Amino acid sequence: MLIKDLRDKFGFKVLAGEDVLDREINGLYCCDLLSWVMSHAKDGDAWITVQTHMNIVAIASLLNLACVIVPESIDVDEDTIVKANEEEVPILSTDIDSFKIFTKFYEAGMR
Amino acid sequence: MDEKEKNTGIKLEYEIIKDDFSRAGEASSNIKRVLRQLGIDSSVIRKTAIATYEAEINVVIHSEGGKMVVNIEPDKIEITAKDNGPGIKDIDQAMQKGFSTASQKVRELGFGAGMGLPNMKRSCDEFYIESEFGKGTTVKMIFKL
Ligand SMILES: Nc1ncnc2c1ncn2[C@@H]1O[C@H](COP(=O)(O)OP(=O)(O)OP(=O)(O)O)[C@@H](O)[C@H]1O
Ligand SMILES: [Mg+2]
Repeated sequence: MLIKDLRDKFGFKVLAGEDVLDREINGLYCCDLLSWVMSHAKDGDAWITVQTHMNIVAIASLLNLACVIVPESIDVDEDTIVKANEEEVPILSTDIDSFKIFTKFYEAGMR
Repeated sequence: MDEKEKNTGIKLEYEIIKDDFSRAGEASSNIKRVLRQLGIDSSVIRKTAIATYEAEINVVIHSEGGKMVVNIEPDKIEITAKDNGPGIKDIDQAMQKGFSTASQKVRELGFGAGMGLPNMKRSCDEFYIESEFGKGTTVKMIFKL
């Protein structure tokens, strides 16, 4: 699955990283405790989190995560979007919750 | 990297500012960039990224500020995070998974799982922590190449 599939197939909104949506997503991970993410998220994971401050960009970039997915249309700080564009970390937003996001990935064939 | 650089090693130094959340992670990101340019093995880069991030954030959140120094040598990377206090009262307790003194405000931002020091220790090959309560904390980590 590619990041752009989230936009094209799921209808997620791209908030940052428009230019790097051709990257592959290898897995899906959901957690809001940052140092827990640091030790458990894997290379190429799409990361669902309700945290929207600038630090999520550093984490996604340091761990080579595919992208950040913000559920339930939570507002994302403008600073975060600017930083994400700089660091080429895609951030996508959707109105659905984490459970429904997982369901969509599953239905799209991710196991 | 030419032979001369290889022999003398490379030293990087970063100032880390207390409570500066907007810049937190910048030192770690820079370090990762340099290691990548040097062609360091990606599994080592991943481990150093985790460890430097956790060390940097701890200095931002828990200390009065400090610095991070990275020494890249032919056979190892040595990373030291040193801060200006207040130090840790009980290091054994601080090293336990889940122990945290993070404030409610900081926890709401997702910090304070009490996993940072355990993550650092797990990521590196050698881990040393020294702290004098009232003075400061120094964490030293070695990654073999
Ligand atoms: N540089 C430091 N100066 C003072 N106290 C520290 C420092 N680093 C860690 N501590 C103390 O050790 C505790 C545990 O640190 P650790 O990094 O494991 O967890 P945390 O920072 O509280 O949460 P997390 O890292 O999971 O976000 C901290 O809550 C704090 O009390
Ligand atoms: Mg910590």
